[in-house]
Amino acid sequence: MALTPPSERIWWRQPIAKIELIWIIVAFTWGLIMFFMMIYWHGAGKQNLSNEAYQIKPQAFAQKAQAMIDEYQVREESGFPVVRPPPGSDVYLIARLWQWWPILEFEKDQSYRLHLSSMDWQHGFSLQPVNINLSVQPGYEMIVTITPDVAGEYGVLCNEFCGIGHHNMVGKIYVVE
Amino acid sequence: MSENNNVDAPTSEEAPEPEDIPMMQRLLDNPFVLLVLGIAVPAVFYIIWGIIEITQIPIAD
Amino acid sequence: MGKLFDYRTCPTTGLRVDRAAENLIKANAVVAIVFLAIGGLFGLLVALTRWPAVHFLPADWFYLALTAHGFDVLLVWIIFFEMAVLYFASAVVLNSRLAGPKWAWTGFGLMLVGAVTTNVAVLQGGSSVMFTSYVPMMAEPHFYLGVILFAVGALLGCGVFFGTLVVAKREKTYEGSIPLVTFGALTAAIIAVFTIASGAIILIPTLLWSVGLVSHIDPLIYKTIWWAMGHSSQQINVAAHVAVWYAIAAMVFGAKPLSEKISRMAFLMYILFLQLASAHHLLAEPGLSSEWKIFNTSYAMYLAVLGSMIHGLSVPGAIEAAQRSRGLTKGMFEWLRKAPWDNPAFSGMFMSLVFFGFIGGISGVVMGTEQINLIMHNTIYVPGHFHGTVVAGTTLAFMAITYLLVPLIFRRELMMKKIARWQPYVFGFGVAGISIFMMGAGTLGVSRRHWDMTFADAVLPFDYPAAAYLMMTLNGIFAILAAIGGIMFVVVVVGSVFFGKKLAEDEKPSYPEVPPESVAVSHYGSSETLKIPGTIMLVSIFFVAFVLYYFVNWKYLSEVWPLS
Repeated sequence: MALTPPSERIWWRQPIAKIELIWIIVAFTWGLIMFFMMIYWHGAGKQNLSNEAYQIKPQAFAQKAQAMIDEYQVREESGFPVVRPPPGSDVYLIARLWQWWPILEFEKDQSYRLHLSSMDWQHGFSLQPVNINLSVQPGYEMIVTITPDVAGEYGVLCNEFCGIGHHNMVGKIYVVE
Repeated sequence: MSENNNVDAPTSEEAPEPEDIPMMQRLLDNPFVLLVLGIAVPAVFYIIWGIIEITQIPIAD
Repeated sequence: MGKLFDYRTCPTTGLRVDRAAENLIKANAVVAIVFLAIGGLFGLLVALTRWPAVHFLPADWFYLALTAHGFDVLLVWIIFFEMAVLYFASAVVLNSRLAGPKWAWTGFGLMLVGAVTTNVAVLQGGSSVMFTSYVPMMAEPHFYLGVILFAVGALLGCGVFFGTLVVAKREKTYEGSIPLVTFGALTAAIIAVFTIASGAIILIPTLLWSVGLVSHIDPLIYKTIWWAMGHSSQQINVAAHVAVWYAIAAMVFGAKPLSEKISRMAFLMYILFLQLASAHHLLAEPGLSSEWKIFNTSYAMYLAVLGSMIHGLSVPGAIEAAQRSRGLTKGMFEWLRKAPWDNPAFSGMFMSLVFFGFIGGISGVVMGTEQINLIMHNTIYVPGHFHGTVVAGTTLAFMAITYLLVPLIFRRELMMKKIARWQPYVFGFGVAGISIFMMGAGTLGVSRRHWDMTFADAVLPFDYPAAAYLMMTLNGIFAILAAIGGIMFVVVVVGSVFFGKKLAEDEKPSYPEVPPESVAVSHYGSSETLKIPGTIMLVSIFFVAFVLYYFVNWKYLSEVWPLS
């Protein structure tokens, strides 16, 4: 039994029952399918995380974001600037204790290069109710091309613990026709 | 559970020569080779490869 | 025979039990259970706070309790118990003396001091940084110091385990290869060495940073190396609880592994590839390539998952073969129907097997798919998944074997057998509920580690759907059920250990019964006639569930905003 040494000294040469062999082949094949599914989706799927990232100082990122806000702000809401950048442009979203800054307004079915970085601690970009979730790091800038395909009002929550105000860190994204 | 209690009794059964034991069984019987493998594989593929990628992230202009 | 050592002969198994090993097993198991009780209490407070209608703790206490819960149960309870498992699987199972009991006691002391230090740091309130303590958020220096001491102590314990393997081989306390259970424990110990070394590599500089001697810790590098500890420590659990499954199958049924070769190769897949899954936590990070993510998150083409699926066949298969050899051959499932469901060692072990596979295992692989992770990362789906693996899988398996250790190692009759009989069911279904409802809430976008899902104090409003509130309410209710199960366990075990009827030196406990070894099912030539139709049905159901759930989640993913 499993608590005593194997009863045969050379257990490696024991034959394997057919049913075990079949299960191993099934499980191994399934593993290959799951492995290649990820690679296949990079070519054929529409939802992939980009590999584009840079090291950046928080101040430098904040400056870029401020330049965008100055150029494309359309109104203000609860003290947040609402920014409507042109389709295809570079869009900056600042994560900091405890805000997503600014509020963004996108056109439906247009693509934007969204830049994410943190000014202080780690944060989690959680777009709801779409449920897209990305890590946001201080000192690193991640760039994802997003194409909002349903109009509406979306919440940006923080899902990486960032201190006592973590649960109040809510931002907003509008997608308009 | 009793087959192995009499360790004091001489076990005169055919103790196979080491070279009779297949390679894979000898590997699985050697805890220290397994230890080295179990540390080296994740250290190389996960930690070292990962750190190299992080340190090579380009600096934004 | 080698050196003499102080031992007694176990009247049930005939094995010699080294008294030094026995005392260490007792000490580690008792401390483990104390921390399970403390950490479990914090867990209940967390669940009650996340129950929207109850919302029990204020925010600062919630984050404090969550930090303590993670540390106490994910690390302290489990690694203390694993030390007991390592000493049992080496000295006791190999019929040997323990190598260097003094080192083992030193390790035990360091672990205890470390665990207490970190708990004090957390309770003082300045270290509510979560179990992960991601930089640049900073905890008090003694928070890190405690974790480091704990890790060094555990490393000494692993050293004693390896030393005992050497001693047992040299002193010829067993013939041939080590038993399968010891091999499983060896797998756990190897993963533990990698885990602990990774923890030391990253936490020592972090400690220096917290006292001002190091100016900067890169958050991405921290996260990568930290998870080599944080996730791998849960892989120690997987290896250890699979070893425990085999041990319980052997002790309760006298079951033989279907094939030594296959089971050991499955453990080898763990040794080589299981730790790579630390990448599960880095799939949403900037700057790590898809090549790195895909290779590591898939444990090198899912070879470690292959290992788990093999154990998933061979553990119930060994039980079925043993039961059938005793004449329980009617239909597909007589062997399972007539299994000792009132024996908590068996019921706990079998539920651990089923829940680990169906709840924890499937969700882990799905969530660890590079792209599918996007719709789950850091939602409460993640704790849903790992309560399925670490609590319904590991903790339940460890509880189950404790019911065997009380009479065999503590030498006490088990008390309150009625409560013991029901305990695995109450705890198991409670935890299964916790897992499933947290996963449900996660698919609706609810964040993990979050005090207020109503966002009452946020400047900008956001509302979760009503179904998310329902899920979190059900989570709270099932957490109470699990807590009751946990209390039942602590009461039965602590009661029996301190007040149970003492067994005389040569007295066999009336319970558990250890059956005679079953008719061999894995001798040469019998492999062609192996009949385990019930197990085949079980793994087939598992496989269909796995495939369906996997592709359903690709479908969900394909419906969200395109991103590239």
